[in-house]
Amino acid sequence: MAKVGSQLRLDGNGAPIWLLLELTYKCPLKCAFCSNPTELDDLSDELSTEQWKKVIHDAKAMGALQIGFSGGEPTLRKDLEELVAEANQLGYYTNLITSGIGLTTKRLQRLKEAGLRHIQLGMQSSEPTTTHWISGVDCFDKKIKIAKEIKRLGFPMVLNVPISKINIHLVPEIIDLAAEIGVEYLELANVQYYNWALINRDQLMPTQEELITAEAQVNAARLRLGDKMTLFFVIPDYFEGRPKACMNGWGSIHLTVAPDGTVLPCSQARSMKHLNFPNVRKQDLSWIWHQSNEFNLYRGDSWMKEPCRSCSEKTTDFGGCRCQAFLLTGDAANTDPACSKSEHHSLIIDAVQHANNTSNTTLIAREAGWVNLELEP
Amino acid sequence: MHNKSSISAACFFNINESFMFRWEPSQDAFVIMYPEGIVKLNQTAGEILSYCDGKHSVTDIAALLAKKFTASEDFILAQVNDFLEVSHGKGWITITS
Repeated sequence: MAKVGSQLRLDGNGAPIWLLLELTYKCPLKCAFCSNPTELDDLSDELSTEQWKKVIHDAKAMGALQIGFSGGEPTLRKDLEELVAEANQLGYYTNLITSGIGLTTKRLQRLKEAGLRHIQLGMQSSEPTTTHWISGVDCFDKKIKIAKEIKRLGFPMVLNVPISKINIHLVPEIIDLAAEIGVEYLELANVQYYNWALINRDQLMPTQEELITAEAQVNAARLRLGDKMTLFFVIPDYFEGRPKACMNGWGSIHLTVAPDGTVLPCSQARSMKHLNFPNVRKQDLSWIWHQSNEFNLYRGDSWMKEPCRSCSEKTTDFGGCRCQAFLLTGDAANTDPACSKSEHHSLIIDAVQHANNTSNTTLIAREAGWVNLELEP
Repeated sequence: MHNKSSISAACFFNINESFMFRWEPSQDAFVIMYPEGIVKLNQTAGEILSYCDGKHSVTDIAALLAKKFTASEDFILAQVNDFLEVSHGKGWITITS
């Protein structure tokens, strides 16, 4: 998922300034757009508290500044407060990325005491029915309650709402809801097609017309709301003709550690099955970042083929997303097919067309064993 | 979050509680951090914000910097004023009096 951080303004000078800890892949929700791996069964061996602390210390020594506690649902880890406290003491800016399910007032207070700075709450919609449909769980009321509690306790808050065909018509209502809760930032995050979202691509992809309408609604709301709330809405790469500057480049500033200790340039990189990503259980984090083959594979631009190699835009978009290039063309070193200059761009055009022509509304829910959820009539 | 109000020479400031402002040795610079964002500040900007502690007015900050950089106070005052207005506009600092 694109995060607010994708608009960051700091060159890491070679340091992994963003550290994302996926503490667990477990989650009470079953969101059809989930960016976690699809083979959840095989990945349940989580790092211990002490192992996570070592990651937090090692990354700090390497120059990490921002830390995200994510998942799955990170509040399922009983040691979350302990890890937040450790990170805060070291001087990190601490972010919790949560579904809100599993949070209580008591837990929020303990996280505040531990030094948690910011909470990003994921929501699916502005009302219960679509929320239930997309997440597979009846959780709307609980989320609203916890959102208000987060604000009551004075946390700065990003409300992150993945936008898809299922909820794009509710964008005005979602904005109103965010304003009512009083969040500082609303990220209307157009779903990106990796893992579970790629499986559900036909059912999730909006039409270009729907995106243009939503963008106009967002712009109107920006004028109306003024300084009260910052709204993020970016037309997705499938419709832009240019790829996203994914992760600011491979192994540039982002470092993700998966629940089992596997170290990744981004959460989605695990979908590149031909790569054997290193693991903090076996290798030193600094060695992994600076020396490992996997982190150097697509670093810089010497790996690029044409048309990227001679393209004047290669320093702004870094050839797009390596995972998307791999998933759609079979070679991660190819130009991201979202780029109209890619020889594989027809894959994107065809995918949009195919999705627009589908009448299938059955979502595959994120779960260890796949389950179908039927759309309510 | 953008605040639109101009500041006066007698204003005092604090860093907005939602933002974390500190020296970062690995960047050899002051940084300001907020939900999923980081800004690395140049030396002057960092110095100005480090005086946003509720105890220094715009005039005080300009005087301190003029002394440090041996420049005219009027020249520095205009620059300090501009930067504080930008910082206030971005929500990094709050006016305390």
